[in-house]
Amino acid sequence: MKRSLMVIAAAMLVAGCGGSGGDSATTETGQSGSPGKVTLEWWHLSTAEPLKTLWAQRAQEYMAKNPNVTIKATVLENDAYKAKLTTITQSGQAPDLFATWGGGVLKQQIDAGLVKDISADVADVLPNFTPAALSAYQLDGKTYGLPTDIGLVGFWYNKKLFEKAGITQPPATWSAFLEDVKKLKAAGITPIALAGKEKWPGHYYWAYLALRIAGLDALKQAATDKDFTKPDFVAAGQQVKALADLQPFQKGFLGAAYSTPDGQSATVSNGKAAMELMGQWAPSVQKDSGKGLGEDLGFFPFPAVEGGKGSIGDAFGGGGGLAVGVDAPKEAVDFVKFMTEMGNHSKAVEAGGVLPVLKGEENAVKDANLKQVASLLASASGYQLYLDQAYPPAVGQQVNDSVAELIAGTKTPDEVAADITEVAKSEE
Amino acid sequence: MTTLIRGPEAVTLPAPAPAAKRRGRRLTITLFVLPALVLFLLLVVAPILVAGYASMFRWNGFGGLPTTFIGFDNFTRLFGTEIFRQDLWNLTVLVLLSVCVQLPFSLAIAMLLNQRIRGRTLYRLVFFAPYVLSEVITGVLFSLILAPDAGMANQLLSVFGIESEWLADPDTVMPSLFLVMTWKYFGFHMMIYLAGRQNIPNELIEAAQIDGASSWRTFRHITLPLLGPTIRISVFLSVIYTIQLFDLVWILTGGGPSHSSETMAVTMMEWGFKRSQVGYASAISVVMFVLSLVFALVYQRFVMRRDLEGATTTMGGRR
Repeated sequence: MKRSLMVIAAAMLVAGCGGSGGDSATTETGQSGSPGKVTLEWWHLSTAEPLKTLWAQRAQEYMAKNPNVTIKATVLENDAYKAKLTTITQSGQAPDLFATWGGGVLKQQIDAGLVKDISADVADVLPNFTPAALSAYQLDGKTYGLPTDIGLVGFWYNKKLFEKAGITQPPATWSAFLEDVKKLKAAGITPIALAGKEKWPGHYYWAYLALRIAGLDALKQAATDKDFTKPDFVAAGQQVKALADLQPFQKGFLGAAYSTPDGQSATVSNGKAAMELMGQWAPSVQKDSGKGLGEDLGFFPFPAVEGGKGSIGDAFGGGGGLAVGVDAPKEAVDFVKFMTEMGNHSKAVEAGGVLPVLKGEENAVKDANLKQVASLLASASGYQLYLDQAYPPAVGQQVNDSVAELIAGTKTPDEVAADITEVAKSEE
Repeated sequence: MTTLIRGPEAVTLPAPAPAAKRRGRRLTITLFVLPALVLFLLLVVAPILVAGYASMFRWNGFGGLPTTFIGFDNFTRLFGTEIFRQDLWNLTVLVLLSVCVQLPFSLAIAMLLNQRIRGRTLYRLVFFAPYVLSEVITGVLFSLILAPDAGMANQLLSVFGIESEWLADPDTVMPSLFLVMTWKYFGFHMMIYLAGRQNIPNELIEAAQIDGASSWRTFRHITLPLLGPTIRISVFLSVIYTIQLFDLVWILTGGGPSHSSETMAVTMMEWGFKRSQVGYASAISVVMFVLSLVFALVYQRFVMRRDLEGATTTMGGRR
C-alpha cells in the first residue's frame, strides 16, 4: 500500500510537471529593465530532414541572439502530434508556439480562447506574405499565425516505372489515370502506395475527386449545410471505389503507415510502387524513409474528371503555420517573425523542405518538381484546405474514416455519404 | 481473555478505554486513512463522476464546463452504431479465445514446468519475460515482425509457402492480435498457475498415485479442483484486461483495417482525442466502466464466492 501510494504520489508529481508545461513560460521582467529568463514551448511535426535540422538551427540562432530565451522543441509525427495537441488544448492550455494547418481545427482552438490574436504584432510583416499562404490563419479579419509552408497535393511518380509500363506522359484525365493504373498492373508493377492504417492519406483521393466533380463551392457549402449525400459527393465516392476495385495498392496497404520503414513513402522511395498522392513534403519524406528516387521522381497534378463541375486549376492541399498560445510571452511572436524572415525562411525553401510563403521567394526553389508545384500553386484558380483540417475535427476524421472504409470495401459510396452527414449533423 | 489475543491486536486492545482514548484512536485511524482516501476520491471517484456527468452533454472538451445537455442521446447514438457492435463482438471473441485457448495453454505449460525437467528455471524466466516488456514495445516489435512485405514472420513462413497479411487483412487481424496478446500474457498466467500448483501439498498427489490413479485422473480430480481459486482469479484478470484492452491494439492496428480490430477503448480515444467529441467519448467510457463493474461484481459474488470469504463482497462473512 505504502509503495503504491508513493507511486501515485510520484505519478501526480510527474503529471503536475507535464501539465504545467504549456503555461510555464511567464516573462519575469527584471526590475532593472533587462529582460528576464523566458522558456518557449514549441511543438511542431517536422520529423523529416531537412526541416528537422533547419528548424533546430533557427531556434539555436534565435537563442544566441536572445540569450534570455530558451526554446524547448517537441517534435512529433503527424498522428501523435494531433492527438497530443488535442489533449493539451482540451485541458485549457496551449503550447507557446505550435504548428497549425489553420481551418476548422484552428477555429475550434480560437473559439476556446487558446490562441493569441497577433494581428497588431505582425501588422508590419503581413504584406511580405503571399495571400494564399496567409489565408488559412486569418479569421474574421484577425491574424492568428504566420505561414511557414504552403503547397498542394498531387501525384509523385516514378518515371522509370511509368516508362516500363509503356506510359509516355502522365495522365491528364481521370479515365486516363485509371487506364494507366491498369497498364502498370499489367506490367507487374504496384501502381499506388497507400498508408491505410493512417487514414489521412486516403482522404486525399475522395477530397480531390469531390473537388473535381462537385467543385470548390460545394465543398465549402457542405461545411455549413452539413449535407454530404448530394449526388456529386456520392459520385466522388463511386470513383474512389472504381479505383480501389482495380486493386492498385501495395500488399498489406490496409496495415501500412506513412513514414515508417515499410510505409507508403518508403514503398515509393524504394521503387516498389509507381506513385503516391501526397503533399509537397513527399520528396523529403521519401529521402528520409527509403533510398529515394532522385532524378526518377516526377510530379503531376490530380487529373481532371470528365464532366465535373470543378476546374482543373483548383488545388487541394495546405501548408503549415505557427500559431501562438494565448498566454505566451511576447518573445513567442518575435520568434515566429524571426522564423518567417526572408533570409531565414528561404534557407528552408532552398533545401527543398518547404515552398515559398513570402513574395519574391520563388527563386529560392531549386528542385524541378517543387518548382512545378510552386507554379501550379501560383496559378491556382481556387484552393481547398485538407478536409480533415478545414472541417471541425469530428467531421474531418469521419471523412478520413469513411474513405478508408470505402477503399477497404466495407462500405458503399452511399453509406459513406450518409455516415459523414450523420457526424456533421452531430456537431453543433 | 487477553491471553487469547495475540499479535498486534494485543497492543491496540487494552481493557475498557476511556472516551478520550477512543477518540484518540479514531483520530489515528482517520489520519492514516486520509491520504489514501483523498487520493482514491480524487483519482478514482471524481473522474468517474465527471465522466458520468460529461456523458450527458454534447461537448467538445474545450473551455470550462459542458453546457449543452442532451440526456441519454450519446448512449442511444452509441448503441446504434456498427462500430460499437463491432467492439462488443471483438470483446466477446477475445474473451472466449483467452479463456478457452490462452489460459488452458498457460496451464499446460505451468504443469509441464512443474515437473523436474532440465533447465526449468530458464524456461520459466523466458516465458515470463514478455510480460515484463511494455505493451508499446510489444506492439512495435510485432508490427515489425508481422509487416506484410519485409516482416520476419512472412520471411520465415515463406519457406513453407505460407504467407499472410496478418494485421493488414480484416480476416486475419483478430487472430494475429490474439497471438500477440497470448505471447505477452501466457507467461503471467503460467506464473500464477505455477504458484497455485506449488501450494497443493504433494502428499495428496502421492496418495492418489498410491491408490493407482492415472496421471490424467490425478490432474483432473486432485490438481484441477485444488487449482480452482487460482484459475478463477486468472480468468477474472484476463476478462477485465480484455474489456480495457487499448495499448496493443492502438500500436498494432489503430483499430483497423476498417474497425475490424477496434476495441471500446480505441473507439473512445478516437472520439475523445481525435474528434473532440468528449461528451460522446465519455459515454463510451461510462459503458466500459459499467461493463467492468457489473462483471466484477457478478463474478465475485457468484464465481469467486468461496475464494473471497471474509472479503468485502461477503460483508465480512456476516451474510
